[in-house]
Amino acid sequence: MSEIDTSKLPQGGKGFLHDFAADQTTFKGVPWGKAMMWIFLLSDTFIFSCFLISLMTARASTTAEWPYPSEVFGLTMFGVEVPLLLIAIMTFVLITSSGTMALAVKYGYERNRKMCGYLILATAVGGLTFVGMQAFEWSKLIFHDGVRPWGNPFGAEQFGAFFFMITGFHGTHVSIGVIFLFIFARKTLRGDFDTGRRGYFTSMKSDYKAIEILGLYWHFVDLVWVFIFAFFYLW
Amino acid sequence: MEQNNKKSASTTTHSIGIYLWIWGLLFVFSTFSYLVDWYNLQGFLRWSLIIFFMLLKAGLIMAIFMHLYWERWAIVNVLLWPMTAIMVFVSIMVAESEYTFFTRVLFFVMGG
Repeated sequence: MSEIDTSKLPQGGKGFLHDFAADQTTFKGVPWGKAMMWIFLLSDTFIFSCFLISLMTARASTTAEWPYPSEVFGLTMFGVEVPLLLIAIMTFVLITSSGTMALAVKYGYERNRKMCGYLILATAVGGLTFVGMQAFEWSKLIFHDGVRPWGNPFGAEQFGAFFFMITGFHGTHVSIGVIFLFIFARKTLRGDFDTGRRGYFTSMKSDYKAIEILGLYWHFVDLVWVFIFAFFYLW
Repeated sequence: MEQNNKKSASTTTHSIGIYLWIWGLLFVFSTFSYLVDWYNLQGFLRWSLIIFFMLLKAGLIMAIFMHLYWERWAIVNVLLWPMTAIMVFVSIMVAESEYTFFTRVLFFVMGG
C-alpha cells in the first residue's frame, strides 16, 4: 500500500472539504489502524462521559452530604494529615509514563529500536506502579474504612458505587494497556518492526506505526485520569 | 503558508524538546490543580481553577502527545465535534438533577 503524500493536498478547511468529497479513503495519510483506534477512543470517551455525568447527577441531586474526597483519600505521613497524597503521586506517575510513551513514539518513527523498546518498557513499569497504588487505595478503602457500593461511613451512600465503578473502569483500561505495553516492548526489542516478522495473533507484518497507535491508547488513559482527578477527587 | 509549515513538520519527526516541554508543563499544571486542594480553596475559585487546569492538561495531551495538532482537519473535526453532544448531555442532566434535588427537598425535608 503506497503512502499518500498529504503535503500535496489542500490543507486546513479546504483540505477538510477535499478529503470528505474524495472517493476511496476519507482520512488521507492516516493508517487504517490509527483511524480505528481514534474511533474506538471516541466511543470510550462517551462511556467515561456517561460515568462522570452520572456522578454529577447523583452528587447534585442527593440531599445527603457528599463525602469530602480530600479527607477520604488523605494519608497521615509522619503524623501530618496530607490531603490526596496517594492520588497526587498516582497522577504524577501516570503523567511520567505518558511522557516516556510520547518519546517511545518519537524514537519509533526514527526507527531507533532500542530507545523505543526501553521507553515502552519504562511506560509499562509506570503503568504497573499506578495499578499497584490503586490496589493499595482500594484495599485501604474497603478493609480499613469499610466503604461498600451500597454505603460508607463518610456520607452519601452512592459514593462507593461511583468510586468503584469509575476508578475500576479506568484501572481496567490501565491494566489492559500495561499488558499490551509489555507485549509491544518485547516485539520492538526483538526487532519485529525491522525484520517484518509476522504477529502471533494477526499473522500480519507490522511496523513502527503500531507504536503510535499503542501510544494513542496510553495517552487516552492518561487523558481520562485528568478528568477523573478533576471531577472525582478535586471537586 | 502556515499550514504548509505545519505539514512539513509532520513528515519528519519532532524534536525531543517539544515533548520534554509538554511533559514539564503537565507536571506544573498537575501541581497547580493539587495546590487548589492543598490550600483548600472553595466555591467559584475552586471549580473554575480545577476546570481551567483540567482543560489545559487535556488540550496539551491531545494536541501534542496524541499528535492531533499535526493531523489533517478531516480527522480532527470528526473527533472533536461529537464532544459538543457531551456538553449538551451535561446541560440536560444539570437541569434534571436540580429538579430531582428540588423534589427531594420538597418531599423528604419539608414533607410535601
